[in-house]
Amino acid sequence: MSAEPEAVSRAGAFLERVGTNGIHLFEEVGRFFYILHTTIYWAFRRPFDGREWVRQMVRVGVDSIPVVGLTAMFTGMVMALQTYRGFERFHAEGYVASVVALSLTRELAPVLAALMIAGRVGSSLAAELGTMRVTEQIDALYAMAVEPVQYLVVPRVGATTLMLPPLVAFANGLGIFGGYSIAVGLLGANPVNYWDKTFQYLDLNDVFSGLIKAAVFGLILSVTGCSKGFFTTGGAEGVGRATTSAVVMASLVILVSDFFLTKILF
Amino acid sequence: MATGTRANGRGAGPEQDTPTIAVIDLWKSFAGREVLRGVNLEVARGESFVIVGGSGVGKSVLLKHLIGLIAPDRGHIIIDGEDLTQSDPVRCLALRRKFGMSFQEGALFDSMNVFENIAFPLRRHTAMTEGEIAARVRECLGLVHLDGVELKATNELSGGMRRRVGFARAIALQPEILLFDEPNTGLDPITAGVVNSVIVEMREHLGVTMVTITHDMKSAFRIADRIAMLRSGRIVASASPEAFRSLSDPYIQKFLAGEPLEEDVA
Repeated sequence: MSAEPEAVSRAGAFLERVGTNGIHLFEEVGRFFYILHTTIYWAFRRPFDGREWVRQMVRVGVDSIPVVGLTAMFTGMVMALQTYRGFERFHAEGYVASVVALSLTRELAPVLAALMIAGRVGSSLAAELGTMRVTEQIDALYAMAVEPVQYLVVPRVGATTLMLPPLVAFANGLGIFGGYSIAVGLLGANPVNYWDKTFQYLDLNDVFSGLIKAAVFGLILSVTGCSKGFFTTGGAEGVGRATTSAVVMASLVILVSDFFLTKILF
Repeated sequence: MATGTRANGRGAGPEQDTPTIAVIDLWKSFAGREVLRGVNLEVARGESFVIVGGSGVGKSVLLKHLIGLIAPDRGHIIIDGEDLTQSDPVRCLALRRKFGMSFQEGALFDSMNVFENIAFPLRRHTAMTEGEIAARVRECLGLVHLDGVELKATNELSGGMRRRVGFARAIALQPEILLFDEPNTGLDPITAGVVNSVIVEMREHLGVTMVTITHDMKSAFRIADRIAMLRSGRIVASASPEAFRSLSDPYIQKFLAGEPLEEDVA
């Protein structure tokens, strides 16, 4: 007889956890869209802080070149190596170049670059804004009649969204070069033939949809990072939590939205 | 409540007898805990109003309501006849221009040095030239008795200096109302004394309205024209410093003498 109330209370506890997590999820989504909405609201109002935009674009764009470049180059190299070994089995080595170029521009360069930037920039946005929140610097901005979203979030989100496409274009180039160097240098492919095949099946549309993806990922990861930081509570520990969850959330949302974007764009 | 009719008296214009700040029936709760339960207060133009109370009674929450950093659950905050709680975000920012606020730990921007911190609101809100800004920054630092610290990083400053740089930044735009959040907390008695005299001097020089929250009674008696006690979410007493000292309320007497309450000891 006593097993029944216990089962009921266990079910109750389970439902409570589901409910709490559900509410938590709704809160997160709400905060994301709140930051997105206020960012758009304040983006087109004076004053426009050009210097801060440039500073953030350097921070997101220029400073990320090494990490994005290395990621793309080695991805291209691995792609060439793997597809060559596979395609060799049915004498289709000639198509390695096409596969490398298509998969990089359409999928791998935007997603991997966005994930790297989520780790590099998304986390630092969350940590920076989170620290400003817990040390009352964000309140101080409000108190000085400066809208913190306009001063802090708008240039960061804008810079990240604008800088991701050029970074991905750069990653495309380096990735294709990586594939070329392995196929030609290591596996003995014909350089002229490889180069021809790279562009034979590659549409401008493939490249553009990759760049559109990149911009959307940039928006997602910067808004996630900023909203995590902006609503940080609980001191230094809270800043740590915000930073970690900014990266995890941004990465997950990038991967999920990648599917839907691919479905829409192709 | 004499100010009850003023709740919808927007645009009446500031008159000499209009309180600069009127708080009408202010309620606020966090996560189900009621912090403010019907606060009513009025601060006259040019008055130095000090709110005292124990730790965690919601003094900071009340102060942050005055400048719109926290939105109330219920009630009105009237600044110069204009209801802050009914204003749109852009109007809210304009109303905040009347305020200067000094935060507990200074809340200085750690990405800037002392000069840039004080110049920040000037650059943001005025068309002053760099020369005028430099002069104004020196003037503000002179008022708080800090010279030659312009180029210091904020993390090189002691606690007392941080507060005073915070004061200098708060008065940079010549606000009509100054808010001080625990200006003495965590300072040694001598530095606290210096901070108190800086506050008194600033008031004599600037003739502004001041609202200070503190639990340091010594400081309260030094700087106040009127002292109010916040307890259990309400203003339970409000009187001139002399009258406040002779209030018969046992809680206030214990508070003044720094003795524990029976309920706390038990």
